Amino acid sequence: MYTQALNQADTGSKLVEDADKLARFEAKIDAEERIEPNDWMPEAYRRTLVRQISQHAHSEIVGMLPEGNWITRAPTLRRKAALIAKVQDEGGHGLYLYAAAETLGVSREELIDQLLSGRAKYSSIFNYPTLTWADIGCIGWLVDGAAIMNQIPLCRTSYGPYARAMIRICKEESFHQRQGYEIMLTLCRGSAEQKAMAQDALNRWWWPALMMFGPPDAASVHTEQSMRWKIKRFTNDALRQQFVDATVPQAHFLGLTIPDPDLRYDEASGHWRFGAIDWEEFRQVLAGNGPCNRERMEARRRAHEEGAWVREAALAHAAKRRARAAAKIAAE
Amino acid sequence: MTTIAITETPLVLSLLRLADTALVHSHRLSEWCGHAPMIEEDLALANLALDLLGQARALYTYAAEVEGAGRTEDDLAYLRDAPQYRNVLMAELPRGDFAFTILRGFLLSAWAHPFWQAATRSTDAQLAAIAAKAEKEAAYHVRHTGEWTIRLGDGTDESRRRMLAALEALWPYSGELFEADAADRAMIAAGVLPDPATIRPAWEATVTRVFDEALLPRPADGWMHTGGRSGRHTEHLGHMLAVMQHLQRAYPGCSW
Ligand SMILES: [Fe+2]
Ligand SMILES: [Fe+2]
Repeated sequence: MYTQALNQADTGSKLVEDADKLARFEAKIDAEERIEPNDWMPEAYRRTLVRQISQHAHSEIVGMLPEGNWITRAPTLRRKAALIAKVQDEGGHGLYLYAAAETLGVSREELIDQLLSGRAKYSSIFNYPTLTWADIGCIGWLVDGAAIMNQIPLCRTSYGPYARAMIRICKEESFHQRQGYEIMLTLCRGSAEQKAMAQDALNRWWWPALMMFGPPDAASVHTEQSMRWKIKRFTNDALRQQFVDATVPQAHFLGLTIPDPDLRYDEASGHWRFGAIDWEEFRQVLAGNGPCNRERMEARRRAHEEGAWVREAALAHAAKRRARAAAKIAAE
Repeated sequence: MTTIAITETPLVLSLLRLADTALVHSHRLSEWCGHAPMIEEDLALANLALDLLGQARALYTYAAEVEGAGRTEDDLAYLRDAPQYRNVLMAELPRGDFAFTILRGFLLSAWAHPFWQAATRSTDAQLAAIAAKAEKEAAYHVRHTGEWTIRLGDGTDESRRRMLAALEALWPYSGELFEADAADRAMIAAGVLPDPATIRPAWEATVTRVFDEALLPRPADGWMHTGGRSGRHTEHLGHMLAVMQHLQRAYPGCSW
């Protein structure tokens, strides 16, 4: 998911926590109470959350780039307005999530610095290119669709500010998903060229979308601890299956073929069983070798560097104003 | 679909001039989305772009209705080539740096706000309704770009240097905002459009107030570029339309 790189061992030092505080913390979690910023929490819980929330925030911000790539080429004025509004929503999600992370004692600047220096991860999905207009449909339908699967349970995650941010974000993501699906529907009901464009986009986005849920449970180091603390509520594999089950009938309704020869409906379980995911591709993309990793990071770094003089000017102006106000008071 | 030819009655032409200026400016603002100096500005510039796009859509829809040839907003936006575009030149100049974007936004919205305010009293009810919404949006645009003009003008040496460069580049395009040709005069006489001469004092007052606070000099009015409103554009508009119209041109007659 947007936080899939979490699935790696936490090498931080194990702190000896106060046993009483830990017991109270865990009792709260068990009672489904929310943990709030001023509550005591184990250091590992705080670290996991900072990493998860900031990876999620970074994904929203980097995620503006592949879709932003089509803002100037949107095919109608209505689509152009919807796409600008969608990319703007993603920026807004990034903002609330950075603010939620800040309640855990890290600053937005620090987190952005981690992203730009390559120390922090963001979702692998945004390292794939948007080559045609159908990619904008596919991103809404599949990427926002997958995001919703993961994020609806996060509305009940144990950390209060994160849960509240997710409630607001989920509403917008489901709107994005419907909008993306509607783009696909329009293409599939359009000309043969448009339908071919839609199928080609699905062929390219299907497997990366399944990878968004992260590695299989057996290979996921963090799942167990995060489940116990109710940071995470369903495993990667459970969410992935839920996504496939919801999405396959939608693809059929569009008249599109899922690019998986092994896909079949399992009557007994009621699930759509899918073929093997190429985890080597996933590892390569996370390691920086996806088709667009370099461009995405360069675009973020360029925006940051080219914006430095603006941020400095805003600070300098605010300081001048304060100095003038102070001088005025002193003179009175 | 090939390029369409619009029957430009004075009202249709006036609506196209307003719509094209809003659309082209919106397009330039939208080029920032994902690349702004801070996330807050990604959101704010997108807001400005969305407001202007909404104005353009309402104006195109009305222009198409007045023309009565069964066209849509998209026909007008996507199937006219640069010589048929009627926007002021200032709107089409390339995105530039943040100083250029802010100052262009300020100069245009300082014109748009009093223009739409006056147009709320238009004898044309449809235009008056569009103006009522646009006026509120333009007031916010003046506030947002005006505050940034002040911050950047009276910020650091670097920000001031950039604002002065932007001012030098943009000022010669400001005269076109206040032109009136025969079509405009017909619309002014019918009470449909406000007279630009009556808009100018409000524009001057806003510019002077903000420039004073930004410590920016108001340049002398020297040579002014013109031509956009009658279809003689800079080299930049053709490139912009080539990008914007790409899908409609490559796959003619499709629904999207
Ligand atoms: Fe989002
Ligand atoms: Fe979204």
